[in-house]
Amino acid sequence: MSTATTELGHDDHHHHAPSGIKRWLYTTNHKDIGTLYLWFAFIMFLIGGAMAMVIRAELFQPGLQIVDPNFFNQMTTVHGLIMVFGAVMPAFTGLANWLVPMMIGAPDMALPRMNNWSFWILPMAFSILLASLFMEGGGPAFGWTFYAPLSTTYSNDTTALFVFSVHIMGISSIMGAINVIVTIFNMRAPGMTWMKMPLFVWTWLITAFLLIAVMPVLAGAVTMVLTDKFFGTSFFSASGGGDPVMFQHIFWFFGHPEVYIMILPAFGIISAIIPTFSRKKLFGYASMVYATTSIALLSFIVWAHHMFTTGMPVGAELFFMFATMLISVPTGVKVFNWVATMWRGSLTFEVPMLFALAFIVLFTIGGLSGLMLAIVPVDFQYHDTYFVVAHFHYVLVTGAIFSIMAAVYYWLPKWTGKMFDITLAKWHFWCSLISVNVLFFPMHFVGLAGMPRRIPDYALQFADFNKWISLGGFAFGLSQLIFLALLIKACRKKGEPVSDQVWEGAEGLEWEIPSPAPYHTFETPPVIK
Amino acid sequence: MAQQQQEQVYEKYYVPDQSPWPIVGAVALFLIAYGAGNFVIEQTKGESGYGGWTLLAGIATLIFMLVGWFRNQIHESMSGLYSAQLGRSYRQGMAWFIFSEVMFFAAFFGALFYARVIALPWLDGASNNAMTAEVLWPNFEAIWPLTKTPGGVETTAMGWMGLPLYNTIILLISSVTCHFAHVALEKQQRTKLIAFMAVTILLGLFFLVLQVEEYVHAYREMNLTLQSGIYGNTFFLLTGFHGMHVTLGTIILIVLFLRILKGHFTPENHFAFQAGSWYWHFVDVVWVMLFFFVYIL
Ligand code: HEM
Ligand SMILES: [Cu+2]
Repeated sequence: MSTATTELGHDDHHHHAPSGIKRWLYTTNHKDIGTLYLWFAFIMFLIGGAMAMVIRAELFQPGLQIVDPNFFNQMTTVHGLIMVFGAVMPAFTGLANWLVPMMIGAPDMALPRMNNWSFWILPMAFSILLASLFMEGGGPAFGWTFYAPLSTTYSNDTTALFVFSVHIMGISSIMGAINVIVTIFNMRAPGMTWMKMPLFVWTWLITAFLLIAVMPVLAGAVTMVLTDKFFGTSFFSASGGGDPVMFQHIFWFFGHPEVYIMILPAFGIISAIIPTFSRKKLFGYASMVYATTSIALLSFIVWAHHMFTTGMPVGAELFFMFATMLISVPTGVKVFNWVATMWRGSLTFEVPMLFALAFIVLFTIGGLSGLMLAIVPVDFQYHDTYFVVAHFHYVLVTGAIFSIMAAVYYWLPKWTGKMFDITLAKWHFWCSLISVNVLFFPMHFVGLAGMPRRIPDYALQFADFNKWISLGGFAFGLSQLIFLALLIKACRKKGEPVSDQVWEGAEGLEWEIPSPAPYHTFETPPVIK
Repeated sequence: MAQQQQEQVYEKYYVPDQSPWPIVGAVALFLIAYGAGNFVIEQTKGESGYGGWTLLAGIATLIFMLVGWFRNQIHESMSGLYSAQLGRSYRQGMAWFIFSEVMFFAAFFGALFYARVIALPWLDGASNNAMTAEVLWPNFEAIWPLTKTPGGVETTAMGWMGLPLYNTIILLISSVTCHFAHVALEKQQRTKLIAFMAVTILLGLFFLVLQVEEYVHAYREMNLTLQSGIYGNTFFLLTGFHGMHVTLGTIILIVLFLRILKGHFTPENHFAFQAGSWYWHFVDVVWVMLFFFVYIL
């Protein structure tokens, strides 16, 4: 193991990307793989969004008019699955691929070939899931949470395809997470100590840990659904000594950490953007790290807040209520720190900052409605209504997805070397911001008034609000086409060249390398000040 | 100049060039998932179709990929492209992979505990479920092993004496011999290494044979099947997934054995061996848990 021989592999010191289709199929480059992930996520976002349009078209008026109820159920199910596993998670993984090595001064991800494998599994998994929509009996129609017995006794045969596609999605996520963790543990440039790491790296480290801990539990859950449905087991059936509520426990033991998997990287992104455009250091770096860690640990003991109405003993209800409320403490710490960072900063409002600010306000609304749902007696009324739908869309769309958009606008000039079309970007922001609130805010009201979720029809009293919700939905959908246009333009390298630092207040290793970032960065470790 | 100095201080991390294997692996997983799904559907409907063949093609592709990828990897390792840092990456990667496996088993152990501690007593009226028991399952009695389900399916319980006990002893010994093989490798005692490896593999195979015998016994004589309610469900899924892991572990050991015969490993450079032995110990620990919670308690 001498230093001299390690040169062998790099005799062809190419700094340019290989060309043609093979570049993308065979690549081991973290930037290429990051790009693949991001485009995949965006395409899935559009497909899942199209399904949401079908849902909102049906709900535009009371009564059944456009699609039949079974197809409606398939739409809500596959919309949820695609957005969670196909859009938000891969987008964050794509950002991790692009950014983590550049932020810690590593030449690439720790396990580059496995990295490529993780990515290419995803299109395979989703083509199976989407194909099942066109098969006999249709696709999965039991909600993204696939509660038994909906997914066992009452589901159609294509459930088998759902199960196996979730299995390989899980394999992809686990491998991706292992890669991130190992990269962060093992590839930091000398001098990049733990408490110097950018928060995006920290939050992803903890996210990766959560992924490795809970994706296998999801695999266990789908496996039991498979055997219950097809091989005569009765894990979730009382007549055999099992229990359908047990399904919910297993699912939410995965499911709750999963929602944090979808928000922790967002916290990292916002913690990068706010200081840049406030031209101040992040307020309370260390407390951010501890808050992230405690959120992650607490997320393992709150899962049953999704199950308050299943008839758990009162002691359990109380435990899960208080544990859930406890999580809002570290979450509050984070929001406080972002605001304190802006306090007396010299703020400017470039597009990434606009998205970040919207994130802080709207995510907090989602956090507050979460807090309401965490109160047991209150949840008895709100559970399975549109209030829950409003809650998780505020944290996921204006939370996770807005943070992803913020991140793309923030780092895109570094990736392409050109400034994106700012006018289009501003249009995209304002259209999204307004429409997303028209879309999701009234859901609170119809939810409080008792409109159940996942039902293709509703009582007449909800008609007015639903019309507005649908209009907001279509507008939000259309606004994303502006984003598509902007991205295509950016990828064709139109626009003004940018400096290495891109944004005046930006700090960190990724802003010290040239724009666009060269194909290989940090082949020798940088000096960390 | 500054750059040069740095290059002397740090080993270069080996970033492989393009590789065709990952995409082959992705196609393999596609064929496996799509094939397995269709196979299950066809079986349920009693139709014939291409599902099984797709699945087989997928498995074949996966094996092809693994052989190709590992051959590549071994070649690189043997030509000294790897650094100590890369070795750490592999070790940490393997450790986290094993952690994910632990969590996979945790799901099934969780189901076992939940059924025993919560679901069954509740069906029998515990907590605030008196009426559930009274109205829905009046004749049900919560005992473990559950030899009669609420629905009335009867079965017999598998004792821990006999085969399961032998199997426990076999796996525990194999863990020790595997460790001795590792020590021998580090001390460069080749004959000892080969002998201990051979013993470990034989013990693994022996375990599998006994396990198959136990299953045959359970199905033929004890009426204990996968359909025998929650007891049979947890029994077969836990031991079954464990058995699959032993099978995989044994295959890994055999590959390692062949590589040892070729003289591949050195005391400093034997990540593959270490990974294989970690995996084997992990499989053993899972078995000990199984022995306690599935058989004895
Ligand atoms: C302040 C922190 C939060 C609290 C206290 C909280 C609380 C809750 C509660 C109690 C429910 C169950 C409502 C019901 O079904 O009756 C719920 C649902 C949900 N939450 Fe949150 N939440 C918080 C943050 C988040 C975040 C950050 C995310 C994701 C990024 C999230 C995503 C979800 C999702 C997806 C559901 C609905 C799952 C479903 O049934 O389909 N929540 N939340
Ligand atoms: Cu939750």
